Amino acid sequence: MSKKDLSLLVLILVVGTVVALINPRFLFVGNLSNTANQIGLFGIFSIAEAFIIIIGGIELSVGSVIALLGVLFIDLIVNHDVNWVVALMMIVAAGLVIGLIHGTLVTRMRIQAFVVTLCGLLIYRGAARYYTEDATAGFGFGASFPMLEWLAAGRTNVLGFPLPHSVVALAVVAVIAWVVLHRSVFGRYLLAVGKNEEAARYSGIRTNRVIISAYVICGGLTAFSAILIAMYTRSISPAVHGSFYELYAIAAAVLGGCSLRGGEGSIIGVVLGTVLLQVLQNLVNLLGIPSSLNFAVMGTVILVGVLGDQYLVQRRQRAGVAKGREQASVAAAPLERVKVE
Amino acid sequence: MPEPFLELVDISKSYPGVVALDHVGLQVSPGEVVALIGENGAGKSTLMRVLGGVVEPSGGFIRVDGAARSSLTVADAIKAGIAFVHQELNLFDNLDVAGNVFIGREPVHGGPLRLIDRKRMYADVTPLLERLGCDFAADAPLADLSLAQRQLVEIMKALSLDARLVIMDEPTSSLTLTETDRLMRTVAGLKAHGVSIIFITHRLNEVMQCADRAVVLRDGRVVGALTRAELSPAAMIRLMIGRDLKSLYVPPAAPPGDSVLEIVDAVTDTYPGRAVSLSVRRGEILGLAGLVGSGRTELARAVFGIDPLRGGAIRLDGEPIRIASPRAAIEQGIYLVPEDRKGAGLLLDVSITENISLPDLASYMRFWLVDTARENENAVRQRERLNIRAPDVKTSVGSLSGGNQQKVVLAKWLSMRPKVLIVDEPTRGVDVGAKQEIYGMLRRLTDAGVAILMISSDMEEVIGVSDRLAVMHEGAISGFLDRNQFSEHNVLQLAVGHTIEAEGP
Repeated sequence: MSKKDLSLLVLILVVGTVVALINPRFLFVGNLSNTANQIGLFGIFSIAEAFIIIIGGIELSVGSVIALLGVLFIDLIVNHDVNWVVALMMIVAAGLVIGLIHGTLVTRMRIQAFVVTLCGLLIYRGAARYYTEDATAGFGFGASFPMLEWLAAGRTNVLGFPLPHSVVALAVVAVIAWVVLHRSVFGRYLLAVGKNEEAARYSGIRTNRVIISAYVICGGLTAFSAILIAMYTRSISPAVHGSFYELYAIAAAVLGGCSLRGGEGSIIGVVLGTVLLQVLQNLVNLLGIPSSLNFAVMGTVILVGVLGDQYLVQRRQRAGVAKGREQASVAAAPLERVKVE
Repeated sequence: MPEPFLELVDISKSYPGVVALDHVGLQVSPGEVVALIGENGAGKSTLMRVLGGVVEPSGGFIRVDGAARSSLTVADAIKAGIAFVHQELNLFDNLDVAGNVFIGREPVHGGPLRLIDRKRMYADVTPLLERLGCDFAADAPLADLSLAQRQLVEIMKALSLDARLVIMDEPTSSLTLTETDRLMRTVAGLKAHGVSIIFITHRLNEVMQCADRAVVLRDGRVVGALTRAELSPAAMIRLMIGRDLKSLYVPPAAPPGDSVLEIVDAVTDTYPGRAVSLSVRRGEILGLAGLVGSGRTELARAVFGIDPLRGGAIRLDGEPIRIASPRAAIEQGIYLVPEDRKGAGLLLDVSITENISLPDLASYMRFWLVDTARENENAVRQRERLNIRAPDVKTSVGSLSGGNQQKVVLAKWLSMRPKVLIVDEPTRGVDVGAKQEIYGMLRRLTDAGVAILMISSDMEEVIGVSDRLAVMHEGAISGFLDRNQFSEHNVLQLAVGHTIEAEGP
């Protein structure tokens, strides 16, 4: 765990303690379980977003993809009687294809990621609304998929705590993503391309392929979270479902230490960022703050958090300069000897 | 010589743990050209930052026109007539020439609207253009100008501020030979107008050409001053590094073998109508000289698969190969140390270890994961082999000096199995000591059977290091030279497209 992750964890604990002191209901099992469920759902697509931010891109269509694929998934299993396993695979495949298209447009057509995914945001939202004729898509009377519902939206009692399965899903995704990003060769390539695409290319890395892969991963994970979210909400109004989710994802990634310039990021950080956002959301509900202020509270806390982090980084750098100078003079010592010879 | 108008007396500057300047004294008289030389890290830049008012000295004083003070502010420096022409030019690509000259001081009209008085701005710039003999107009967009022309814009900026002293920090490091010549004339012209110049450079022949005297810094101290009469490259080098520089050239251990890399009628995008053919033999360093813009870097990029080849063929060990990407080149054992070290060679705020392993990560792979222990071992080995000066291999390369950064780029490729190594300006911005080490490394590689193609605009380097020379002119080879034909004159002749009259025996 890096220092940055640790300070985020401390921030979460401080905010959590304050909320718990003001309103002990925060610590009620039901509330914690619900908050955990939100963290599970939001964490997965935040990790998806992090992959894009790490390669120096941006993905703005996350929320619209969640709406479109959610609508399609429910339509497939409810109205077209497709076996849910098959439907799940179809939806994830669709997410992968969307990622492939975005990645291709960004690399081969050299369109800025912001523009590509902004167009995606508009197109998928429109498609979802058109497809359902702007009506709410949901489970009709009596339609039920007990196995799927249990898997996607159920909870299992662990030592008296009803653990939402979305949290289990997030844990699995996070562990795999952590290994991929921080331990695998591909992860090194992702970070290298994000840091300096030109230097990566000169080192023989197929940079376009790495970038496209990142978009494909993002698309697949987003599709997976779209299914979980659809199963949790059980009804989808295509005009608002998932809207602003890309901003939650970007906020979580940035809080978690991803640099929008690319090349930096930590999966643990992204998960912690999601936790903080959801705790804040919960805080607004529990402290009786008007829910219209929801975004304003989140924005303020993120801004304060980033400012505080900046301050700490600068202080550390100033301390580091002194230390660095000492090291430099040590490093210069052998130079002296060479000259004397 | 007239009285000095600017004097630095006993200037010291220490940072925690290092003394950057140690009782340095320097005087500048009107109309004199002072060369300031020394290895990277000798304190030249710090001293100039003291003059520019950016760094406050911790001891000593500065006397401007007889008035002494302990430090200057940026405003003081400008008022005293001190101007900088930086190595990395501080210009705006999206403005025109006049806009750049008057940036921040635009003449305004329209009262409170503060609109830019464009007419007056152009009128004010025109005499400066004439004075420096510029071949571009006041309204030329900066983006269209060459590096040398941009430098002239910087100098105009200095002159428009009524500068009495222009500090030029490695002004010729990216200039072609003819451009360098023209800059030398500009320097002479400024001198004739009574403007003083502090000229910082690594190129000693330029010092010989333009300086009235040279001040040599080493480890933050003035280790010597040479008058015009005492100036000689050997004397300067002796002072700079404290030991005599051996003759640069080290002959190969064995005569060169067969051709390894053959480039046959290669055509690049930059010069669509011109083809290049050359071959590099096993165990030799083939120098590729020529003016900047003669198509050398483009040729290297095409051979390395960065840009597509528009015609011709590349053969490796006699077999035709197709190189569609850098990866394909690397798989064939053809490596490139690029000209733009920071932009294309390195990940700056990443550790030495991760930079070195980047092109070869696949070989540190165990079940798709990076074997960091082996990765680290190799980095430690390369650090020793190349004498990379850093506290440890976890240090980020951005904090290293230019020479050590270049050694990291070399280490990337030396960890693998090079057949052909293309080095593009291998020692640009590298200090004298590290230069020697890099040359030694190149020679050890050729002795181990590697073929090296060395692109360089540094005359001392192409002549002092290469076993054979190819010279390019406007996208084609204008001639080859063997060692017995090596001379500055011959290289220059070929570089400007002439032929050499008397071919050597």
